[in-house]
Amino acid sequence: MSNSINIENVVKRYGAVTIIPDLSVQIKNGEFFTLLGPSGCGKTTLLRMIAGFNSIEGGQIKFDEKVINDISAHKRNIGMVFQNYAIFPHLTVRQNVEYGLKLRKMNKVQMKEKVDHMLEVVKIRDYQDRLPERLSGGQQQRVALARAIVIHPSVLLMDEPLSNLDAKLRIEMRSAIRDIQKQVGITTVYVTHDQEEALAISDRIAVMNEGIIQQIGTPESIYTRPNNVFVSTFIGHSNLFLAIVHKDNQGKFIEFKDGYKLYMDHLKDECVEGMEVLVSVRPEEFLAGNEGLKVKIKNRTFLGKHTNYELELNTSMIMEGQASIEYSQDLGQSNRIYEVGETIILKPNVLKINVFTQDGKKSLIKDVI
Amino acid sequence: MNKKRHFKLDFWSIITLIIVIVFAIFLVYPLFSLFLSGFKDPGTQNFTLNNFLKFFQKKYYYRTLGHSFLVTTCTTLLAVAIGAPLAYLTTVYKVKCKGLIDILIIISMLSPPFIGAYSWIILGGRSGVITKFFASVFGIETPSIYGFGGILLVLTLKLYPYIYLYTTGALKKVDSSLSEAAESLGCNPIRKVTTVILPLITPTILAGSLLVFMNALADFGTPMLIGEGYTVMPVLIYNEFISEMGGQANFAAALAVILVIITGFMFLGQKYVVNKKSFTMSSLRPIQAKQLHGGKNLLLHIPIYFIVFLSIIPQAIVFYTSFKATNGAMFTDGFSLESYKSIFHNLGKPILNTYKFGFTAIIIIVLLAMFIAYITTRKKSPLTGMIDSMTMFPYIIPGSVLGITLLLAFNKKPLLLSGTAVIIIVAFVVRRLPYTLRSSAAILYQISPSMEEAAISLGDSPLKTFFKVTAIMMLPGVLSGAILSWITIINELSASVILYTGDTRTMSVSIYTEVIRASYGTAAALASILTLTTIASLLIFFKLSGKKEISL
Repeated sequence: MSNSINIENVVKRYGAVTIIPDLSVQIKNGEFFTLLGPSGCGKTTLLRMIAGFNSIEGGQIKFDEKVINDISAHKRNIGMVFQNYAIFPHLTVRQNVEYGLKLRKMNKVQMKEKVDHMLEVVKIRDYQDRLPERLSGGQQQRVALARAIVIHPSVLLMDEPLSNLDAKLRIEMRSAIRDIQKQVGITTVYVTHDQEEALAISDRIAVMNEGIIQQIGTPESIYTRPNNVFVSTFIGHSNLFLAIVHKDNQGKFIEFKDGYKLYMDHLKDECVEGMEVLVSVRPEEFLAGNEGLKVKIKNRTFLGKHTNYELELNTSMIMEGQASIEYSQDLGQSNRIYEVGETIILKPNVLKINVFTQDGKKSLIKDVI
Repeated sequence: MNKKRHFKLDFWSIITLIIVIVFAIFLVYPLFSLFLSGFKDPGTQNFTLNNFLKFFQKKYYYRTLGHSFLVTTCTTLLAVAIGAPLAYLTTVYKVKCKGLIDILIIISMLSPPFIGAYSWIILGGRSGVITKFFASVFGIETPSIYGFGGILLVLTLKLYPYIYLYTTGALKKVDSSLSEAAESLGCNPIRKVTTVILPLITPTILAGSLLVFMNALADFGTPMLIGEGYTVMPVLIYNEFISEMGGQANFAAALAVILVIITGFMFLGQKYVVNKKSFTMSSLRPIQAKQLHGGKNLLLHIPIYFIVFLSIIPQAIVFYTSFKATNGAMFTDGFSLESYKSIFHNLGKPILNTYKFGFTAIIIIVLLAMFIAYITTRKKSPLTGMIDSMTMFPYIIPGSVLGITLLLAFNKKPLLLSGTAVIIIVAFVVRRLPYTLRSSAAILYQISPSMEEAAISLGDSPLKTFFKVTAIMMLPGVLSGAILSWITIINELSASVILYTGDTRTMSVSIYTEVIRASYGTAAALASILTLTTIASLLIFFKLSGKKEISL
């Protein structure tokens, strides 16, 4: 019923402007696959190419083995959920959900059964005879989802479906979407710019920037082992330090600009003596103690579970152009809260931190591609 | 500050009071007189139903109602059949010179309809250019332009722009994701139009249709000139009213009452349907026009250009003939400025009158509209609610009926206004206020009251606040309605033709009388001046507002 999507060397151009230069990705059958990236990165463009609303200037998109490049949108058997829901305002909730089935000339009994079931699944049965304008955003979203799924599409495409909802509803709806997707077992391509949403909802994520996929992986691997600086700073916060690789009889270590040394035995072989590198440390990968990097506390934000400190360091130690250097203190594990102006010593967790080439384009941690 | 208990005569209460009085004198009282007059016996002035009985008993009379309905219904259907597809095609596909097309369509809509009738007579009338051409070259007799067909042709070409502009506006509000959603669910392009696009714009098309229906039903100039034996209601009313055998006024009033009742029901019916069927739409991503290629593109452009060509013919003809040399009433070979010289010699007054009356009326309209819009949206009370519903009246009163109404009401002391400029200005204001009022109210709904509250909190008086903050913020909306009021004022015929005297003739009245007198040259020259004024006003408006369209 549902199928895989194979995107092979796809190109998208608008006139002279190339949005997607050359993109390939395999999306597995039944998978919840998310395209994540900043606005303008080409994620929606790619989604609309799969849907058939954007033309394909090069390469091909296949549903299983079938090339769909020249099949028009209404014949691709897709289900699509739009950012603004695109519920037909002149039809009731039920009529909206029935719309696609009617086009498929399904008999009335079967249709009623299916629609009833679907309204039940997305929990909007009570509103079935209302016109959409009398529904809340979350309810409209459920209608859109039901309408897209009820036709048993080959793939389900969702274009930032939660961006118009408030924060609480967004969290509620994202687990609803996740549950329904697993229940129906349909290949889903989901577009979002919200990294937290992507991490929470996806089987796999493709992080995109400027029309190029930066990394594909599970939410965990993307967060813990980003394969370049873009991914590491786009997903969550990462502090970037300048360092040099050295080697002595104990093995390879990285030396920060203040002379602090950190031995690492999982650096790639290409890391050679004297190589300049970037070290990426997430705020929660620091541990306060009496060994490590000396930092001054510039600002403090108390957030309940943890406290966030903005740090001041010698500018020669860090990569320039970063908005802030941060340390997140887990209150369950710490003795006291530090004061602004205080100097403390923070030790990066050697097992967690990531090391990149000086240009930030490649990870130097073993087994990260 | 409890306004209910301590009634204070503040600025807005005074304004409200003045507006109520103005409406009572110039709208309620005249309509009341009209109704009374319709029920009065011409001789004895006793109450009677004879006027109505006379209408429904004599075929000569009641068939005009049938004529009116037939021609109006056909016009409306045809206007929808032309206007809606035209709007759809120009929205969905890229059309060359779309801007020019829009302006030409607006011009053909805003010119007086009798110019259309007059031009089509020049082309297809008994001694028309086309008629003669076909007769002499092919020996074929072309179908007569007079009567039902002619009225239908002229009115349709004049009124389809309403549907076009309304539909284009509605299509702009349809988000392209709705159309994509239909496609994603497996809908082919044709089904998409019938099951999604069409239902979405139906309320708007209905609203436009009503406007077309009302306009067609009320139009006097076109059927008068081109209808000949095919008499419709406004023509009958006019004929009965101005016929020399006094006493017909009561019969004409009765006819007017019948017409007003019909338009009233149409109006209410349409409101009911639209209210039931309407839904709010907002569009983040409007439909993008697609480029067609080759044969398909040609097939798209030919009918569009043809329609626009047909609708602009009257203006072109008028302009052309205004420069033709004339010999008395006849056109001769060659070109000259005779017609223009002649009108500046003999008809300078009507031109001046048009601008004088028009300017006075538009100033009154703008002030009234701003005040009424303000009190009906910001100072809601039963009284302002009443004012709000009274402003609907002009929608249902055809021009000729309004003319009679005012004349019946103000023909004796102490309110002796007949024959004066005042009565014409009153007619202008009453007929054309709704355009400005509606756009003023619309923009006021978009201006947050907190703006005014901010000004007041900073120490401005409510009165100052209105003029210094609210009024200024309202201006774009007021302007876009005022342009429509202004253009329709200078082209107004059906009320002024009943109200004018030798001293208060306007341009459109003069064009009409010149055409009746068969002095086509001067009529054409006058009409050209009128059309140029219309175009100039539009261009100034586009320049001022930075827009390229007008909102109806």
